Amino acid sequence: MADPPKFDKKSRYTEGRGIAGAFEGETVTRRRLMEGTALAAGGIATAAFALPALGFALGPVFEDTSRENWQSVGLEADFADDAYVQRVINLVPQIGDPGKTTIYVRRFDPELDDARNDDQPYVAISTRCAHLGCPVRYIQASKKFVCPCHGGVYDFEGKVAGGPPVRPLDRFYTRVRAGRVEIGDRFSVNSELDRFSPRDPSNHIDGLWQFLYPSRPTT
Amino acid sequence: MKLPAPPLPKFLRPSPPRPGRGNGNGDGNGAGPATKPTPKEKAVEGTATAVGWLDERTGLSPFLRGFLYRKVPKGTNWYYTLGSATMFAFLSQAVTGVFLAMYYNPDTASRAYSSASYITNEVFLGEFVRGMHRWGSTVMIILIFLHMGRTFFFGAYKYPRELNWVIGVVLIVLTLLMGLTGYLLPFDQRSYWATVVAVNINASGPIVGPYLADFLRAGAEFGPTTITRFYALHMLAVPGLIAALIGAHLYLVAKLGTTAPPWLKAQKKDLMTEEL
Repeated sequence: MADPPKFDKKSRYTEGRGIAGAFEGETVTRRRLMEGTALAAGGIATAAFALPALGFALGPVFEDTSRENWQSVGLEADFADDAYVQRVINLVPQIGDPGKTTIYVRRFDPELDDARNDDQPYVAISTRCAHLGCPVRYIQASKKFVCPCHGGVYDFEGKVAGGPPVRPLDRFYTRVRAGRVEIGDRFSVNSELDRFSPRDPSNHIDGLWQFLYPSRPTT
Repeated sequence: MKLPAPPLPKFLRPSPPRPGRGNGNGDGNGAGPATKPTPKEKAVEGTATAVGWLDERTGLSPFLRGFLYRKVPKGTNWYYTLGSATMFAFLSQAVTGVFLAMYYNPDTASRAYSSASYITNEVFLGEFVRGMHRWGSTVMIILIFLHMGRTFFFGAYKYPRELNWVIGVVLIVLTLLMGLTGYLLPFDQRSYWATVVAVNINASGPIVGPYLADFLRAGAEFGPTTITRFYALHMLAVPGLIAALIGAHLYLVAKLGTTAPPWLKAQKKDLMTEEL
């Protein structure tokens, strides 16, 4: 009496595992191969629409769409070095009024201002509060910038004088062309008034904090 | 165990044939002369046929019977309706939102505001429908937190219902996201500055925060596509997720059953009669 064929359940070969119709040397059953093929095809089909769609939604995070944009805000004679003059500039020209913002401009004062910013002929202070982005207002009587939302206060140079803000008010690059003062891109400053690429409000940039709130591709 | 068939209201129940008036099915084979079915009988018959046709092809009735006539523990009370109330608040938001979308124009250059004020001031019932959506959002958030409180204080989050608690927490986050994205859409001063602040709060998270804020604004500044982005999240992405998760939430409720209130002790006598 012949022994029944012995099958090893752990065999590498389907033939060895006793699967009907197995080829010699075959290690993957056809059923399993079809399963894998169907799953892979489904995965590829999903990725084919999901990845481009995701990239489409995330795209704006990785590109800088702002153009270099110098805007004239008036003649040199319009500005003094001991008082701010209020001006409106267009930050996002495509959207009309919501894209405009107020800035405060004065001439650079070598006696008051830090020499590390002396390449800027004018000081143009952004009204975007460094706490959460509400619009600050300059109070001439106290020579302070005051934020209506959460009580942030900044001194004449835009440094934090009180309240929750984490860094001084942002500034804009300035230049003089043909006797007119022009306002360029935004930059952020730390509490020593060192320049940084523009950061969002609420982002600390003093000391080690600057590595937790890195520069972004959009700015 | 056989669940009882749902009781029919009295006016839908077939009445027994009167003596001497046929067997009631009008085929003339009864004891008396055949009678024509009354319009009421025809209507009942027609409805039963239509429901039977659907049921034969979907097998829905055992599912619906199990879902709608499932047993609930003793002591089930009005607090157990907070989840359904939240769902109906969501449905109300969905329906009013669809109709508001017929008039609303998510355009940053002033048209968003003017279309919102057009809805309020010009469209027939516009103020009412917008009001339902605006106040309904608050109602939904209040209800969902009351529902969460009920679940917490009744201990209904415990084994085996932990996953349903997790789904519920995700639903709360999504509901709050609906509130955040919807707040921008009227595009008045309050909407605009509240959104600026909210996005900057997102930016305050270390490392990922600034990128998250850029994602929400579609750039470094509040730009031409910020409002359309919020609108798409508000009317398509988040409600779709919420609807899908409500489905999963309800499935688990029906599958696992609800819990008895914590003040109810198991009654040994009842248990005995049930099990013997």
